[in-house]
Amino acid sequence: MKFLPLVIANLKRHKLRTLLTTLSVTLALFLFASLRSVVTTLSAGSEVSSASRMVVQNSTAFVIPLPMSYANRLSSVPHVKAVTWANWFGGKYGDGKKFFAQFAIDPASYLAMYPEIQVAEDQKQAFLKERAAAIIGEGLVRSFGWKVGDNITLQGTIFPGDWTFTVRGIYHATLKEYGDDQFMFHYDYLYEKYPDRVTPGWFIMQIDDPTAAPGVAKTIDDQFRNSNAPTKTGTEKAFASGFASMWGNVKLLMSTIGMAVVFAILLVTANAMMMNQRERTSEVAVMKTVGFSDRRVFGLIIIEAAVISLTGALLGLGAAALLPIVTGFGQGGFLPGFHVTIGTMLFGIAVALLLTIASGVFPAWQAARLPVVQALRRVE
Amino acid sequence: MALVEIRNVYKSFKREAQTVDVYSGLSMDFEEGSYTALMGPSGSGKSTLLNLIAGLDKPTSGTVRVEGSEVSSMTSAQLAPWRARTIGFVFQSYNLLPVLTAHQNVELPLLLTNLGKKERAERTEIALGVVGLADRMDHFPRQLSGGQEQRVAIARAIVADPTLILLDEPTGQLDSKSSEEVLELLRRLNDEFHKTIMIVTHDAKAADRAKAVLHLEKGVLLERSQLSGAGVAT
Repeated sequence: MKFLPLVIANLKRHKLRTLLTTLSVTLALFLFASLRSVVTTLSAGSEVSSASRMVVQNSTAFVIPLPMSYANRLSSVPHVKAVTWANWFGGKYGDGKKFFAQFAIDPASYLAMYPEIQVAEDQKQAFLKERAAAIIGEGLVRSFGWKVGDNITLQGTIFPGDWTFTVRGIYHATLKEYGDDQFMFHYDYLYEKYPDRVTPGWFIMQIDDPTAAPGVAKTIDDQFRNSNAPTKTGTEKAFASGFASMWGNVKLLMSTIGMAVVFAILLVTANAMMMNQRERTSEVAVMKTVGFSDRRVFGLIIIEAAVISLTGALLGLGAAALLPIVTGFGQGGFLPGFHVTIGTMLFGIAVALLLTIASGVFPAWQAARLPVVQALRRVE
Repeated sequence: MALVEIRNVYKSFKREAQTVDVYSGLSMDFEEGSYTALMGPSGSGKSTLLNLIAGLDKPTSGTVRVEGSEVSSMTSAQLAPWRARTIGFVFQSYNLLPVLTAHQNVELPLLLTNLGKKERAERTEIALGVVGLADRMDHFPRQLSGGQEQRVAIARAIVADPTLILLDEPTGQLDSKSSEEVLELLRRLNDEFHKTIMIVTHDAKAADRAKAVLHLEKGVLLERSQLSGAGVAT
């Protein structure tokens, strides 16, 4: 502790440089934690998907729908216990700045397929009975202040026009990765307005044996191979991954390009920290003349590097942890359950320690080995 | 037994492809309480002698003993605490740490002791008082004159109560008034506090204040002038 004023005084030597170096570490660790959290959230979304649910989509492109007639044919495939379907609506609310996912679903079969969606029984019945009814996640209640009975008007983008729904239920997602910010309404309501255009976007099937999934997928895809709408069938996990990366290979982008940027920032930071130490060669020589041992000099320089790295890391990781809370990022269906995991935090601390080693050990080692007479001759 | 014993010391440097011999069998003693000025032209080995005594450099052969300890054979790890206890070193260009106040600069050697914060502060204030800068303790080096900086450096050199104070051209960058103040201070440290002092200087006035003057040339002791006190033997 008695050496603390010495460490602090050295950190205050170039206040702006110390500040900028610390902020560089902050930025690097913020990016690191945020990007890694996108990857972990995407992976978590896939992991929580049921092993006994399968998804059938158009093999040409995810956005091309499938004929409704497929529902009956899928039901008759061995191991398939139940079938439901859904459509991406893609509407916007108000000025559209707050995005959330909207799905047209077959209410009874869809809710039966997804026990993760918990709705009070009376609300569920009210939703099932009314064609223009909708159920919304608790996240939307927090974001918009909606409540049961409210009329919500969405502007259709894929299906033009003003669409007014009445909120009849608020669901709670038992798994946060499922997301509590979805807006679901009756498929029939959509179909009524656009009977010529609306067919299911994708089908979801419940199978009785998860190990039979590959066989089921092959049977279905073979069956529709030569039709106008060939299918691509897979587990829900595969579908979830594909859905999350429909704007490109998000995971690859996050984990490679993003990390390269982080690494570049860290290199610049390490260089700044090393430069700072190189400028103090003469002072190290004086300290040794006074009686500071090589080991003590080494330790002091490492502590300085650690203070910068860990302060930057705590600020960066803290900012990343606050990101979904402050900005509301993570709501809106694309990345439900986005948060910075403990694992990412620990990984971030490990990166900061690595930075301490990278930026501190070499100059500290140089200072410890510094021949005093040689350094003093330079000074004198 | 002399405080400092230098026996048959050889020292040579490699300068590019050439070997430069500084000493070829130098021997001399310095007694406790002596105040010796080392004079001689540049390259005569004056500063090298201080470095060898302080353990900052090692002889090529021969021995350097201080208080009976053979400095020339100590390891780097042994030298650091020994130096903290035994040596106070003052440089020509002061070499105060610019980020520390006068008080913090003077306290630096005490950080290596087991003294508590209060005791360190007391000793630091005493040392600054001795050099007449008790009212400047919160000033940074850039806020002090050259003479004041050198006095802070002397306070740093004496604060841990070392056995030996070594000064390498301490008045080399000072004006005559500041030089006079520093030299007066050194004399007081020797007279009143009985500190053993060795000063390397080109300045005849500085040498006059010492009790003995050694003239070195090409690593050889040419002349010894005894002024007003004993303390040096060859």
